[in-house]
Amino acid sequence: MIDALPVVLNINGLKYEFEVLPYRSLLDVLRDELGLTGTKECCAVGECGACTVHFDGRSINACLMLAIEADGGSVTTIEGIAPPGEMTRVQDAFLEHGAVQCGFCIPGMVMSAEYLLARNPHPTEEETREGLSGNLCRCGGYNRMLQAISSVSEESTP
Amino acid sequence: MTASQIGSSTRRFGGYERVTGSQEFVADLRLDGMLFVKLVSIDCARARIVSVDTSAARGLAGVVAVVTSDDLPQPVPRFGPVYKDRPILAVGETKYHGEPVAAVVAESKEVAEVAASLVAIQFEELPAVFTVASALNPLSPLVQEPELRSAGTLASTNVLSEQVFGWGDLGATEADLVIENDYCFPMVTHFAIEPHGCMVVSSSGGFEVWSPVQHPYLLQAILADLFDLPLTRVRVVAPDPGGAFGGKQNPKFEPLLCFLARMTNRPVRLILTLEESFQATRRTSAEIHIRSGFSRDGLLCFQDIESNFLLGAYADIAGRVVSKSNYLGCGPYRTPVAKIRARALLSHTTPSCAFRGFGTPQVAWALESQMDAAARHLGIDGLQIRLMNLAAKGEDVVPGDVPADGEWAQSVQKAASAVGWGEPLEPNHGRGIAVGIKSGATTGLSYSTIRLLFDGSVTIYAGTSDMGQGARTIFAQIVSDELGVPIEQIDVVMGDTSVVPFDLQTSASRSTVFMGNAILDACRDIQLQVRELAAELHGTALENVRIVAGGVFISEVKVSIPEVVQASLGRLRGELIGNGTMRRTDIANHPLGGRPAFFEFNCTAFEVGVDVETGEVSVIKHVSVGDTGKSLNPLQVEMQDEGAAIMGLGHTMMEHVILDESGRIANLGALDYRIPTSKDLPLSLSTYSIENADGPGPYGSKGVSEGAILCTAPAFASAVTEATGVVIRNLPLTPERVWRAIRDGASDSSTVEQV
Ligand code: FES
Ligand code: FES
Repeated sequence: MIDALPVVLNINGLKYEFEVLPYRSLLDVLRDELGLTGTKECCAVGECGACTVHFDGRSINACLMLAIEADGGSVTTIEGIAPPGEMTRVQDAFLEHGAVQCGFCIPGMVMSAEYLLARNPHPTEEETREGLSGNLCRCGGYNRMLQAISSVSEESTP
Repeated sequence: MTASQIGSSTRRFGGYERVTGSQEFVADLRLDGMLFVKLVSIDCARARIVSVDTSAARGLAGVVAVVTSDDLPQPVPRFGPVYKDRPILAVGETKYHGEPVAAVVAESKEVAEVAASLVAIQFEELPAVFTVASALNPLSPLVQEPELRSAGTLASTNVLSEQVFGWGDLGATEADLVIENDYCFPMVTHFAIEPHGCMVVSSSGGFEVWSPVQHPYLLQAILADLFDLPLTRVRVVAPDPGGAFGGKQNPKFEPLLCFLARMTNRPVRLILTLEESFQATRRTSAEIHIRSGFSRDGLLCFQDIESNFLLGAYADIAGRVVSKSNYLGCGPYRTPVAKIRARALLSHTTPSCAFRGFGTPQVAWALESQMDAAARHLGIDGLQIRLMNLAAKGEDVVPGDVPADGEWAQSVQKAASAVGWGEPLEPNHGRGIAVGIKSGATTGLSYSTIRLLFDGSVTIYAGTSDMGQGARTIFAQIVSDELGVPIEQIDVVMGDTSVVPFDLQTSASRSTVFMGNAILDACRDIQLQVRELAAELHGTALENVRIVAGGVFISEVKVSIPEVVQASLGRLRGELIGNGTMRRTDIANHPLGGRPAFFEFNCTAFEVGVDVETGEVSVIKHVSVGDTGKSLNPLQVEMQDEGAAIMGLGHTMMEHVILDESGRIANLGALDYRIPTSKDLPLSLSTYSIENADGPGPYGSKGVSEGAILCTAPAFASAVTEATGVVIRNLPLTPERVWRAIRDGASDSSTVEQV
C-alpha cells in the first residue's frame, strides 16, 4: 500500500497538520477527513464548480487539486468566509434575491461570487456571467444570482 | 398581530443553512463504522454475463464483501413503483449500460473503487433495442422476459402499455387543411447537482435508510414489502434533496444497500458519481407522428396523434408519464375530434422515469409546432391561431373531464405583450409563442400534524420533500397567517417516516395544493380547539368566538391565540395538536384513475437572434407566464418558473444523451453533456403570474413548479423559424443543427393536404 504523506494546511485561519494518501484530492480531505462538508462534490472532474474554494488567493476546484499539492498553502472554504451565525453581503443578497433553491450548488457559487467581487467590485453583467460560468446550477437560479451580485456591487463605493 | 405572510416574498426557509454550507445533504452525513459501496458494471448495454470472478477484489485489503446476484436470495427479488421488474443486481444478463452486476463493500471509498476495477466480468454482447423503430419491430429481442411481465398479449412484445384516448369520429371529420409531421424529443438526463446516494443501517428489527428520495413513504413501503417487515421497522430519513426534478422519486439502489447492510452487519453508504447518476435515470424520449386538421380560418378540426415513448429496461414510473401526458395530448385547446394512440416501449437503455413536466414537454413539442405549421400555411399569426383555439374557462379540453380551470388567454396576452409581439424586428431575429398544460395530480393523500406549543410557537409536520421548491417556506407562511404566529417562531419538520405522518409523494407540483390544504385543515382543527377554550374561559357560546387573521375575538374583545392557550392550559402547560388531511381518491374507469386536481398552464414567448453563419441562437427575450391561481410567495414562484424555463432551454438548445452502437452513453458526464450555465441565461428572462384565485389549493392557489418547461422548445423553435425561415423538428436546436438546416434551406417539410 502507498504511504501517507505529511501535509500542513492553513484552512479558514487554522493550522492543520495531518498525513494524507497521495491520491486524495483537497476536496476529499476537506469533506471526508476534516468534516468540512460545506464544500460539495458533484462531477469530480472540474466541470461543475460545486467544490469551489479559495486557495492562496485564487479560486479553484478542490476536486482537481491533490491534497499534497496544496501542502503549505492557505485555503478558505464556505465555512470560513463569515463568522458563525453571520453572512457575507453576497450570502445575504443571494437569499434576498431568491437565488437559492435546492442549495447544493450554492456554497460553490458563493465562493465564485466572492472571488469575482474581491477582484472586481463593480463587474459588468458580462463579467458576472463569466465569473459564474464555471458553476452549474441545475435549479437555474442564474438570473437571481446576477441580480444578487449586482446589488452587492452597487452598495460598495467605487 | 403579524403582517400577512400569504402573498409576500418571505425568505427561503433553510436559506441560511444553504448559503453557509451547513445544510446537510445525504453525502454530508457520516455514520460510525460505515462501509463504502461501489457498483460494478460492464461496458455495453445488453450482454450475457458469462462469469464473474471476484477473487482478486476479495483479496484486496479493506474489502469486506463483493456481492453478485448469486449471493442474493433466489429468485433475486425485484421491485418497482408500478411493476416489480427491476432486480437488485443484474440476473443472467445486463439490460442497460451501467446496470450493476456486482457491488463491492469496503472500508474506504478508494479501496472500494480499486476493488471494483478488479472484479473480472466475462460477458458476451447481445443484440439489443435502442430505438423506437427497433422496439416496435416484432423481430427484435425482448427487453423483459415474458414470464416476468404481467399477463396479457403485450407480454411477448416490447410494448409495456398502449392506450388510446379520444373523442368524436375521426373518419367522418373534414378539414380544409391537414398537416402531418414527425417530431423527435431525445433522451435527456436530470443532472441534479447532488448525485444520487443513500445510506442504510440494518438493526435486529429492520432498517434505517437515509435517502434524498422524493417519496419517503413509497420507499418505506417498497422496502417493507421486499423484506417482509412491518412499516414501523423501516425508518426512512430523507435529507432535503440537492435537486431532484423527478429523478429521485422512486427507489434505485436502496434495496441493494439494505441487503449489503444485512450481509455485512455494518452501516453502508453509496454515493454515485455524476456519471453513474446519468446511468441511473433519464427523461423518456419520444417520437410523435401527428396529423392536425384545421378549417380555412384556423380553427382546429381534429388531432390524430401517434406517440411512441421510449422507456428504458425497467418501467419505473414511465408508463404513467406516457399515459398522463398523452391524455392531454391535444393541449389546452377546444379540439372537436381527437385520437391519441400512446405507446410506452421498453428498450435496452437507462430506465427513464419522471422528469419535470412528466411527458408534457415531449407532447407539446409536437402539438405546438403543428400550430405554427398551420399558422404559416394559413397566413395567420402564431398568437392569433392560439387565441382562437384556446379553451375558455369552463370549456372542455378533454370532453367529459375537468374543464379549463383558468383564464388562460390572459396568460397568452401577457406573454405576447411582454415579448413585444408584432413589433418590428431586426434582420435574422424572430419571435415565437407557445402554450402548454399539464395535468396536476389526479389522486393523492397528505396528512399534516401541527403542534401549537405553550409559548405560542408552532411545529409543523409535513411529509413533503423540500427539494428546492421551498415547500417549508410556503407551509410556514400558511400557518403564520392562520394562527397569528411570527414566521421566526415556526419550525417545519419533514423527511422522517418515524416522526412525520404519511404523505403520498412530492411530485406533480402538488405540495402547495395537497399538503398546503392538509396544513390549512390542521390549522382549522387548532382554531376550533382555541375557540372552544376561549368560549369556556369567557363563559360564552362557541358561535361568539371568531378567529380572524390569527387573532381571537370574543364578541368585541380581542386576545391572541397564546393568551387563550396559556390561560386555559394553566400550570401544567401542554400544547394543542391539530391534524389535517387532504385526500383525493380514485375514480373508477377514469383513464388516469382520477381527474386532474388542477391544470398547470403556461405560455412561453421568445425573441431570438440567429447568427446565420454559425447557427448560434442568442435568446434576446424569454418570457414565461403561469396561471398560478394565487402566488403564495411571489419570489418563490418566480424562482421556480425561471428554473423551469432555464431547464427547458437546456433540452431545447443543447441537451441530448447520445448512445453508441453498443448502447453506451457516449457523452457520459459533465465534460461532454452540457447544461445551461450563466452564459446561456437569456439576455432578458422575465416571468409573470396570472392570479384569479381559481385553484383548489389554499387561498385559490395551483401548483407552479413545472409550467415554464412545458412549451419552451416549440416557442423557441418557432422564433428560430421566423428568424431564418428554416423548420426543425428534432431537438435540441444546437448551433450545428440550426446551421445545417440553414445551409440546406430546410423550409417547412410538412405533408400538407389542402382542400
Ligand atoms: S466537483 Fe469539483 S468541479 Fe465538480
Ligand atoms: S440551487 Fe439547486 S443546483 Fe443551484
